[in-house]
Amino acid sequence: MEKAKFQAAAAALLAAMAGVAQASPYNLPKGVTELTQEVYGLHMLIFWIVCGIGVVVFGAMIYSIFAHRKSRHPKPADFHESIPVEIAWTVIPFIILIGMAIPAAGTLIKMEDTENSEFTIKVTGYQWKWQYEYIDQDIDFFSTLSTDSNEARQLGSGVDVYKVDNYLLDVDKPLVLPVGAKVRLLLTSNDVIHAWWVPEVTGKKDAIPGYINKMWIQIEEPGVYRGQCAELCGRDHGFMPIVVEALPREEFEAWVAEQGGRMPGEDAGPPQMASAARVAAADIGVASEAGMSDAGAGASEPVGDAPAADQASLMEQGETVYGNYCSACHQANGQGMAAANFPALVDSPIVTGPADAQIQQILQGKGAMPAFGYLSDMDIASVITYTRNSWGNDAGVVTPADVAAQR
Amino acid sequence: MSHAATHDEHHDHGPEAGIMRWIKTTNHKDLGTLYLWFSMIMFFIGGLMSLVIRAELFEPGLQFVQPEFFNQMTTMHALVMIFGGVMPAFVGLANWMIPMMVGCSDLALPRVNNWGFWILPFAFGLLLSTLFMDGGAPAAGWTMYPPLVLQTGDAFPFLIFAIHLMGISSITGAINVIVTILNMRAPQMTLLKMPLFVWSWLITAYLLLAVMPVLAGAVTMLLTDKYFGTSFFTAAGGGDPVMFQHIFWFFGHPEVYILILPAFGIVSTIIPTFARKRLFGYDSMVYAMASIAFLSFIVWAHHMFTVGMPLAGELFFMFATMLIAVPTGVKVFNWIATMWRGSMTFETPMLFALGFVFLFTIGGFSGLMLAIAPVDFQYHDSYFVVAHFHYVLVPGAVFSIIAAIYYWIPKWTGHMYNERLGQIHFWLSAIFINVTFFPQHFAGLAGMPRRIPDYATQFTDWNVISSVGAFVYFVVQFVWAYNMIVNCIMKKGEPATSRVWEGAHGLEWTVPSPAPYHTFEEPPVLDESEVQGAHADEHQHEVQGKPA
Repeated sequence: MEKAKFQAAAAALLAAMAGVAQASPYNLPKGVTELTQEVYGLHMLIFWIVCGIGVVVFGAMIYSIFAHRKSRHPKPADFHESIPVEIAWTVIPFIILIGMAIPAAGTLIKMEDTENSEFTIKVTGYQWKWQYEYIDQDIDFFSTLSTDSNEARQLGSGVDVYKVDNYLLDVDKPLVLPVGAKVRLLLTSNDVIHAWWVPEVTGKKDAIPGYINKMWIQIEEPGVYRGQCAELCGRDHGFMPIVVEALPREEFEAWVAEQGGRMPGEDAGPPQMASAARVAAADIGVASEAGMSDAGAGASEPVGDAPAADQASLMEQGETVYGNYCSACHQANGQGMAAANFPALVDSPIVTGPADAQIQQILQGKGAMPAFGYLSDMDIASVITYTRNSWGNDAGVVTPADVAAQR
Repeated sequence: MSHAATHDEHHDHGPEAGIMRWIKTTNHKDLGTLYLWFSMIMFFIGGLMSLVIRAELFEPGLQFVQPEFFNQMTTMHALVMIFGGVMPAFVGLANWMIPMMVGCSDLALPRVNNWGFWILPFAFGLLLSTLFMDGGAPAAGWTMYPPLVLQTGDAFPFLIFAIHLMGISSITGAINVIVTILNMRAPQMTLLKMPLFVWSWLITAYLLLAVMPVLAGAVTMLLTDKYFGTSFFTAAGGGDPVMFQHIFWFFGHPEVYILILPAFGIVSTIIPTFARKRLFGYDSMVYAMASIAFLSFIVWAHHMFTVGMPLAGELFFMFATMLIAVPTGVKVFNWIATMWRGSMTFETPMLFALGFVFLFTIGGFSGLMLAIAPVDFQYHDSYFVVAHFHYVLVPGAVFSIIAAIYYWIPKWTGHMYNERLGQIHFWLSAIFINVTFFPQHFAGLAGMPRRIPDYATQFTDWNVISSVGAFVYFVVQFVWAYNMIVNCIMKKGEPATSRVWEGAHGLEWTVPSPAPYHTFEEPPVLDESEVQGAHADEHQHEVQGKPA
């Protein structure tokens, strides 16, 4: 009876384990680029080599534990030295290592060759989001954790994370790339060190303030690929995912047009984009030159053409900016988190006091709060206006001009 | 003065009574005991922190702690375990055993020894006090990379000064070990007749002397960057954040071997005892440790393959790192050759030593995989790395410490532990350490980054298994604590003989159990049967004038 129960339990456990093995990935992905597939091959090669060594070493050890235990082998042998044996087990591993080193060096050399790339994207890490600047297409936006995931991941949110699509691995705006193109990524950071990693597309590279690191990717299959920041970058290190969407070339070009960008070299040929899009692109160009805006930020719709700074539109835009940049710490209800030392904005002396102090704090940061000087004047004005007129606060309107004056 | 000296010569002093014995003691055995107790308390605290981590990672979503507290836990867990747990435990073992193994009465610098220990409670008092500060404890990882670490709040100077103090303590311990080993060995004990534990500590001590000042320099630069307007590591001021990583890992990689070389020494002592056969390849074991120590200085940048080094740098550090597999392999092969055709019994110390060889080798395999730079771009900063270094640190360094305590505690207290409880402790530890850390290989390969408080749902299964393993492993260690405290320290166990183990050789087994408060006040005559190395049978030639 007991035995039958035990057998049933064991069978259930085995079934559960098989289920685990099926449901969970447990190995490196092969990936969708030549390099990731080569890396996968190297990984498996070395894995099988160490398995082989393991079988020999552990086999000898287990045999010895069995055969040379005192009850079977009461009289120990007396040998304790052998120069030829020592030489053999120094030289043989060395030869095996050379066998590993040669293909590894080949792959490494290939990885570092960023020549002849079709175009370049600058990737900038921020606490805690990514900025993508398509240098050649004049497209520029931020990519942050999707709202669904962001709500679900709060302590005590009560949301079932299994019901959130791609929990923690989804963003508001993915990095869109054309299939088959060799794209060069330049990585840097605005604050602390981050690392850009999408296992199916490429291994990691650090994004370091003051440095520009480069790597290249060439995705062979259309699809959506997900990854995360891989270098500890503070509180929300676990919450700045990376999503890459690889599109066939025509769809990519359509996407570029939709974003108001242009394909490299297009100026020389006849215009392919709708004229309205070209005008918008030119506007953005002008706006950046004037230092007005280079932060798409998902939220801020064209800033260059909208100086209308009435309270209603500021409040509307401010709410979105607040959701993207502020609510992770200060919370959507403005109450902050006392336990974590994130102050409430409701009745806060800074938020309800003189506006200049609040503008300065947002531009410069303070303590654990990062500096947000990279946001546009419009974004900062709108979010300040939003905080000064929400949750019972009533402290007036701040205009982009006020912010510009404080820069 | 002369009065005191005469006094000492004629009376065998016992310890002072009461608490002042422990505060004022300069006795290597008392200080060894203090170091070991200190490290056990730190293992407990660090273990509790790891349980906070594993509890939060049991399920996706945040259930218990905020992300910044999670980051404080990972940071403090590492600092406490490395600098408070493993290193003081090895220093405690060195204190107890080196004088008894080389046949001298105490370490060469007993007062320095007292000072070296009593710095530690203050260092960790400073460090742990940060948990109760506004803004909490340091949360930038034990590697303290700028610019992130410069965002630390009030805890920052406490972190830096705690590390300075730990460094001073380590350096005093290292100097003491070197001076003792080089000057105070029993007359016939040539360097190549020393027990391997002594050799491993001699090499470790030189590593400590070489790199602890480097760490002190690096953290001092952090301090001035934060408070005195320098820009060593701040790009905006013309500094270089990557330079910190180079300096840190120039300390950090030798540090890895500081954490494992004494473990090699312990295992090389225990396996011959229970195989009843002399250590195979004594000389090559010494050369292997020396080679590992040398190589440890030229491989540091494999911790930072992803910072964007020039190709030539990446190739150099990849090849140099792979080379470490050679001397490490030699050590494993020698241990197996020692067991080969021996006459083995499997008391608890032997079980832990064999567990070490098995599981440390698995950590070595994943280390070899990590050395391959192009693949490391995938493994780096993922749970694969977490699995790797826990395999070499827990069933590696920590198992060796457990083995050493089982092996020598009958000598220290005069009483045997309960063998049955010891066996239970081993098997449960060995099983659940694998349940804890083996799944982390899979989570890492599947794409889970390290140091994250919450994860995507596809990583759930591995994390559930890992968390269960961690909790059971933690609880199992109380079986050990019970066995040691009740049977050995409270002397409920069988009395131990002076030899304790049938196959044990070495000067420490020639004194009674428990070892008297003072041993070897007169240098002993070294009987060749107590010599572990291959050089025992050369004694005759040496006596006849052949150089060692």
